Amino acid sequence: MIHRECGVLKTTYEADMALYPLPIARWTVAALAVLFFLVLPFSVHEYYLSIVNLIAIAVVGALGLNILVGSTGQISIGHGAFMSVGAYTAANFAVRLGAPFWLALPLGGAMAALVGAVVGIPSLRIKGLYLAIATLAGQLIIEWTINHVTWISGGVQASIEMPRPAFLGVEIASQRGMYFFLMFFVVLAVVGTLNLLRSRIGRAFIAIRDHDIAAEIIGINIFRYKLLAFAISSFYAGVTGVLYTYYLGIANYEQFQITVSIDYLAMIIIGGLGSVLGAIFGAIFVTLLPIVIRYAMEALGGLVFSQASVLNIIPNLRLILFGTLIVFFLVVEPEGLNRLWRNIRNYFRVWPFAY
Amino acid sequence: MVEWQFTLLLLSNGLLIGLMYSLIALGFVLVYKATDAINFAQGEFVMIAGFVVAVALGAYGAPLWLAVPLGLAAMVAFGFGLERVMLRRLIGRPIIAVVMATIGLAAILRGVGPLTWGAETKPLVLPISDEPFILGPLFVPPIQLLGASVSIVFLGVFGWFFLKSRKGIAMRAIADSQQVAMAMGINVERYFALAWAMTGVVSALGGVIWGSMLGVDVHLSLVGFKVFPVVILGGLDSIPGAILGGLIVGVVENVAAGYVDPYVGGGTKDFAPYVLMILALMIRPYGIFGKRIIERV
Repeated sequence: MIHRECGVLKTTYEADMALYPLPIARWTVAALAVLFFLVLPFSVHEYYLSIVNLIAIAVVGALGLNILVGSTGQISIGHGAFMSVGAYTAANFAVRLGAPFWLALPLGGAMAALVGAVVGIPSLRIKGLYLAIATLAGQLIIEWTINHVTWISGGVQASIEMPRPAFLGVEIASQRGMYFFLMFFVVLAVVGTLNLLRSRIGRAFIAIRDHDIAAEIIGINIFRYKLLAFAISSFYAGVTGVLYTYYLGIANYEQFQITVSIDYLAMIIIGGLGSVLGAIFGAIFVTLLPIVIRYAMEALGGLVFSQASVLNIIPNLRLILFGTLIVFFLVVEPEGLNRLWRNIRNYFRVWPFAY
Repeated sequence: MVEWQFTLLLLSNGLLIGLMYSLIALGFVLVYKATDAINFAQGEFVMIAGFVVAVALGAYGAPLWLAVPLGLAAMVAFGFGLERVMLRRLIGRPIIAVVMATIGLAAILRGVGPLTWGAETKPLVLPISDEPFILGPLFVPPIQLLGASVSIVFLGVFGWFFLKSRKGIAMRAIADSQQVAMAMGINVERYFALAWAMTGVVSALGGVIWGSMLGVDVHLSLVGFKVFPVVILGGLDSIPGAILGGLIVGVVENVAAGYVDPYVGGGTKDFAPYVLMILALMIRPYGIFGKRIIERV
């Protein structure tokens, strides 16, 4: 956030790593809380709120993937599948045993964490490219299993209808209710990630990313922490999957195919690897991109192209822009939107003075 | 049909399909061998080549002898250009950057193909008959025979290229150590471009053969998913490995589909190679012929 740091002197490491780096940051957070919990939900139309809800779901997933890819330096092309594991676990518990959301959600997350850790086992022996291919295999195998085992997927269409979540006996049915429901988990995920990354575990992750051999030499148990990174990251993914099923009202494996894994990877690359703010930026950007393209094409595309070809152009244009952005950020600005934001912030930090 | 005849049929089909997988995997191996870059867009290369040839044949009515070289030239130019614009800038960056960049490239190509040439499936008709040759109990579709022979020819050509030719030896030197190769006066960037162009050639022929078998649309790029089991089994940097890996994957998926599909309701074809690959990654991640340079931490 933009703060003047005038007059702040830090004398301990604790102060440097505190959750609120400056006293004024408390006020910024309070202002954001007012904006997101009081102003936004009551001033915005339900349709726009439904888009915000989609972003909220994506934020949780991007934060989780960023722990694994950005902070620990492992790669996963299987996060879409981990989300489906969470989604189907929660849906089965909710439908067969009538589990409420506060039970189904952590169970979905835990199951995804377990599966994620299993898929992550190869990361102990292989790195980089091989890990990417192994997690890709995980994605395809999980997808196939869910699609073909009717005990999990509940029948022909491989989809399970999800009951609405209920809070204190009240069903959450409107987009506004869903907004508060999702925001609760977003806050939990953001604070959880911020705290995780400044804890012993988070520092171990970053050490493994920066140099795994050196990390092992200073006494970090690589075996444990890599698996832990996979488990935590997949837990977030599982929770994302459960939230998405609650949002849609249906668990369907088609919502969690490999393109989803790639969408989430794009989010953290475009947003900025290894930073919480970057994951949030990326989630917003990648979620809004197709919506903006659709609006722009529906508004302006008709002037140039016929109606039928506009419908053909929209999904393809999305793919092209999406790929171009990934390549652009990788080649030109590997630290993503977060870096751009920091540049802006640093400029205004000392503004209007040059130094 | 008698049981052993059924098995024999599955085996022979598997071997032929496997060689056609090898052809596509060869493109992946060439790039990896020379530049250490991983191409997650191999299937999309094949798709684009298929589009170019199919459109030249269909929409413009070009004769085959013109359309195929046109596809080749387009893919060579594409390979050169891609190296210039994108991959050269990623040299020396972490492996995840290259992986993600080619994934991004794959997305771009999957959008560009249908956007430029239309989303509907285009036939790519080669002047060969659909009637299978019948050799005793075996049925051999001519297109598979053609694909298999092209693969074998390319194995020979690239084998000779890397073992004997001056350029091939330079490429092996680069793969060994880029710095030393540079010090010996090899223009590394030019050879990188050459490697991508060679991948373009292989992809173009893959596009013609697979396109004529499946028809050309965006789903043609799914062939790329078969590349990973093939190259992991055979070894990422080995040309004979690509051939052997292709044969294994082809046979395994055909036999698995023939015997397991009736019990689980289909889809084993896409599933079995990946299970095999996971096993290979656990036991022998560098593959059958690959160099043992895997770091384990």
